[in-house]
Amino acid sequence: MDLKINGADHQVDVPDNMPLLWVVRDVIGLTGTKFGCGIAQCGACTVHLDGVAVRSCQLPVGAVGGRAITTIEGVGATPAGAKIQKAWLDLEVIQCGYCQPGQVMSAAALLAANPQPDDEAIDAAMAGNLCRCGTYVRIREGIKHAARA
Amino acid sequence: MPLAPDLSRRAILQGGGALVAGLLVAIELPWAAARADEPEPTGKRFNAFIHVAPDNTVTFTLPAVEMGQGAFTSQTQCLAEELDVALDKVMTVPAPPDQANYGSPALVVQATGGSTTTMAWSGPLRKAGATARAMLVAAAAARWQVDPASLTTENGVITHAPSGRTIAYGAVADAASRLTPPKDVPLKDPAHFRLIGKPVHRIDTPDKVTGKTVYGIDVMLPGMKFATLMASPVLGGKVGSVDQAQAMTVPGVRQVVVLDDLVAVVADNTWAAMQGLNALAIEWAPGSNAGLDQAQLWAGLEKAAQGPGVTAKKEGDAPAKLKDGTLFEQSYELPYLAHAPMEMTNCVVHVHDGGCEVWTGTQVPGFAQAGAAKALGIPPEKVTIHNHMIGGGFGRRLEVDGVVKATRIAAHVDGPLKVIWSREEDIRQQLYRPLYNEHLKARVENGRITALHHRVTGGSVMARWLPVAFTNGVDSDAVEGAVDVPYAIGNRLVEYIRHESAVPVAFWRGVGPNGSIFSVECFIDLIARKTGSDPLDFRRAHLEKNPRALGVLNLVAEKAGWGTPAPPSPHGARRGRGIALMNAFGSFLAAIADVAVNDTGDVRVTRLVIAADVGQVVNPDTLEAQIQGGATFGLSTVLFDKITFAGGKVEQGNFNDYRILRIDEMPVIEAHVVPSKENMGGIGEPGTVVTQPAVANAVYAATGVQLTRMPIDRALIAKGA
Repeated sequence: MDLKINGADHQVDVPDNMPLLWVVRDVIGLTGTKFGCGIAQCGACTVHLDGVAVRSCQLPVGAVGGRAITTIEGVGATPAGAKIQKAWLDLEVIQCGYCQPGQVMSAAALLAANPQPDDEAIDAAMAGNLCRCGTYVRIREGIKHAARA
Repeated sequence: MPLAPDLSRRAILQGGGALVAGLLVAIELPWAAARADEPEPTGKRFNAFIHVAPDNTVTFTLPAVEMGQGAFTSQTQCLAEELDVALDKVMTVPAPPDQANYGSPALVVQATGGSTTTMAWSGPLRKAGATARAMLVAAAAARWQVDPASLTTENGVITHAPSGRTIAYGAVADAASRLTPPKDVPLKDPAHFRLIGKPVHRIDTPDKVTGKTVYGIDVMLPGMKFATLMASPVLGGKVGSVDQAQAMTVPGVRQVVVLDDLVAVVADNTWAAMQGLNALAIEWAPGSNAGLDQAQLWAGLEKAAQGPGVTAKKEGDAPAKLKDGTLFEQSYELPYLAHAPMEMTNCVVHVHDGGCEVWTGTQVPGFAQAGAAKALGIPPEKVTIHNHMIGGGFGRRLEVDGVVKATRIAAHVDGPLKVIWSREEDIRQQLYRPLYNEHLKARVENGRITALHHRVTGGSVMARWLPVAFTNGVDSDAVEGAVDVPYAIGNRLVEYIRHESAVPVAFWRGVGPNGSIFSVECFIDLIARKTGSDPLDFRRAHLEKNPRALGVLNLVAEKAGWGTPAPPSPHGARRGRGIALMNAFGSFLAAIADVAVNDTGDVRVTRLVIAADVGQVVNPDTLEAQIQGGATFGLSTVLFDKITFAGGKVEQGNFNDYRILRIDEMPVIEAHVVPSKENMGGIGEPGTVVTQPAVANAVYAATGVQLTRMPIDRALIAKGA
């Protein structure tokens, strides 16, 4: 199976029903994308397919097709991803950081689709990403900060 | 946790007891070792914390681990401040298991927790930095034949201003490290601080934002296999029989490991291991806990709580005063809780050549080493611990059950093995915040509480985890917020009753004060409302001797606009405003929560204002982040969280039924910090502690119903309930 991840081509020999999360982490070795719940409840595994945020723990790799996969390791190459990452550091959003690859991916997809998101849009885009450290206050500020950049 | 400097100092002054001796020794030891009387032969390591290489690379070995709380940055600030190096020139590594050098002055053992890092380590680390700097300066002075006092240091460079000569630390590091470390080097005057007290950027976050950080779960080794596991769903049960046939047909599955209490599947990747585990037919022998359910656990606790207990604190004669007069009495019940950090339990183990290597994120490297060694029946020195960034601790990584289980499995596998718990396994197979019953009785005279009896009943974490802190039958953590109340009351009796069930218990963010302070603050509100007093005024009336507590209470009242009603909210017609005060972990916090409650009893917190006086601060930005994060953690706790048992099994399993607050449910959180020159307090836990009673009291104000068993039960506050 051929996958395009962060602009690079990868050939993998895996079952069609294997979730993209485990292909990316265990087979390809890009461990920035995280396992958090396995049932699309927490968003730690969020990646982009053609720029759209998806939960990779519930996405069979066979369903990816020719779409471009972007992970946390590659999102900094996109304008929205770079803005979000910078905002995250400017405002020190991150604590333990385990959920943050997913937060950044969801926020970058939001910002790319909606350059000036209001609180309602932020709630809608980010409610699927859990943070146990409780960084939500700064995630909200971080998205607004990135939008102003 | 209770062994904060305040308590330990007081304990030492009072004298006597094993705890006192242990703490004294522990406080002396790390610094004695850190003076590094015997520098390493490489001649560049100055003490247990600082290494300067000839290329000027400075490496700090940090005693407290990083799990999101900012400890790597704050410890680095302390070392770099006194050493006079720039933060971006420093490499940091977590300390290996080494009790002599890295045993915590506050927790005795080598552990990170209980909001103790800053108060325990800022002093020793500053001294380590200042001593190393003095040695570098002395070496440069000897080389140039000048008075050391004529030299200055900045950003890793020593300057002799009269001659204009400069030299980098690396160039004199070797000579400096051969000098006898001077004693009693003066620390910097705080007026000259460049780093301490400043909101410097964190050193761990640049790698975290790009996915580069390697948490324990991200470790990849050549030839590594992946495993997942299942232990008996019934607490304490055993494996009966296992049919492996189907599992072994799953592509990628290599091996099934069957131990007495758990089964693991080893595969080429985690997904194959999970598929294999699902394909196993396991018969469990549930054992003696198969009938255990939550009603029984609550009832057992309540029965035990009838007392009498062991005295933890006695002032005046509370029992005599509580025989008559205007009396109030109430019990509060706190549930079992799971830590549920986003990084679930995991551990990489490679058993080879009579020893073992472990890759994991742990708050207790020494315990991890000992646990793996015991599992294999080998000496601890044969176990190497590679400690990693932790994807959320909250007390979960103060336990090493995961390391032990992974090691037991890996002992049956050739090559390195990564064992990952599913979220369900992580929630169902851990150690929980104890179930607590907190019984309070008070007498009120002329608008004041004049006698208070507080009896804490629950499982003891300390008795297992740090027996030295379980003295005379009292768990010092469980009673912390009861023994030290901010209020002047006069006659007080605090009792503790240890009541264990089959459920294993552990420290959990906020620890003992989560129960004791919650109960005191709810009880104060109950009395205030029943006596027609304003909850703020009623608290103030007991704080004439406690200016720091009064300070945060007044500040939060002013900032939140106490006395005005909570504003209208689309989330419910019934609105309320609640207040709470706390003093624990060496810090003072007060919180005011606004809530809206709808007809079906859903509670939405719409605003949370917190005032904090934590003494001197190392990093004000981290302080604010910890208040925000701790408060958010407390919101999930009070609104949603409980672990319950039925048929001996945990009923919850994932984030669908063990709820973590989501961003669209978040209130505005405002944190106000009182500038302070007082001793440093902790801040990892307090936000969690103070938020819960503030919310419960706001719900009481909104509905007229005081809920006494947590979390908030919607059915009891639905309209018409």
